[in-house]
Amino acid sequence: MVNRILTGAHYGLRDWLVQRITAVVMAIYAVIVVVYLLMQPSFGYDTWAELFSGNVMRTFSMLFLLSLFYHAWIGVRDIVMDYVKPASIRLLIHVLVILALVVYTIWSVQILWGL
Amino acid sequence: MKFRIYRYNPDTDTAPYMQDFELSLEAGDAMLLDALMLLRQQDDSIGFRKSCREGVCGSDAMNINGRNGLACITALSSLKQPIEIRPLPGLPVIRDLIVDMTQFFKQYHSIKPYLVNNDPPPETERLQSPKDRLELDGLYECILCGCCSTSCPSFWWNPDKFVGPAGLLQAYRFIADTRDQDTAARLDNLEDPYRLFRCHTIMNCVDVCPKELNPTEAIGKIKDMMVKRAV
Repeated sequence: MVNRILTGAHYGLRDWLVQRITAVVMAIYAVIVVVYLLMQPSFGYDTWAELFSGNVMRTFSMLFLLSLFYHAWIGVRDIVMDYVKPASIRLLIHVLVILALVVYTIWSVQILWGL
Repeated sequence: MKFRIYRYNPDTDTAPYMQDFELSLEAGDAMLLDALMLLRQQDDSIGFRKSCREGVCGSDAMNINGRNGLACITALSSLKQPIEIRPLPGLPVIRDLIVDMTQFFKQYHSIKPYLVNNDPPPETERLQSPKDRLELDGLYECILCGCCSTSCPSFWWNPDKFVGPAGLLQAYRFIADTRDQDTAARLDNLEDPYRLFRCHTIMNCVDVCPKELNPTEAIGKIKDMMVKRAV
């Protein structure tokens, strides 16, 4: 294979935009949770368990975690693109990161729904 | 005045080193380039580029006390001594303060830095309204000195793939020009994880630009146009 500088993958915008949108989702969720917890007269296991007992909170928490994972994927991939030069090692790291994030997603569902 | 200057002559030196110089000179209104010219009378082997000596040609860009700038418009009185002068970071050194800017200009050429207009040329020039012309302010003034791109970490890591702030500012200069008809192709050319999206809004480019231009803002506008096109 000839050794050329290869660019023009024609993606980039979507990931960049998704990273911004997921950041907004995470910010909104974080503010709501912090404000809710600060408004509680006492804070202990009961408050925490009650907060996560409803399906609405579980669903939004899942949305938050999915946003976090997608956001992290783009961020980590960007770091790898900057610092890891051999394409084969880059691909390997990408695969490992994706696998880890898929495992985290399954794990999150288990935790949130107590499976 | 005390100076520490980066010296490297690949023909005779095995490694670069810093050389101390001293100059009896009152800072006054003098610029760093004036001092370099006097130092070259002491030691005529100091290599640096210069031409217009008034911040128009962009030849004497160098790293001054850790910050990229043009020697000809950097006042000596504004600099802490010893004044440490190094070549622009991230580019191959040819000799002393002279760097090989091939990679920089390759990226500049990759964005087609010229008007593309397929209409037959009119009798006189292609006119713009004053409002349309205003869009080019803050873009056309770039002198391609390379201060911004060589202060950009993304350009350090991927100079072969990331266009860099100077090239992207010029890319937007032609996207913003109402006389240009190649907008779609220009955006296609930059829709790439490396060419445009290596910019992580570090903003070193804005910090160092000797012409006080804002490549980060131009890059943001290119991204905005891509979003508008895609949604």
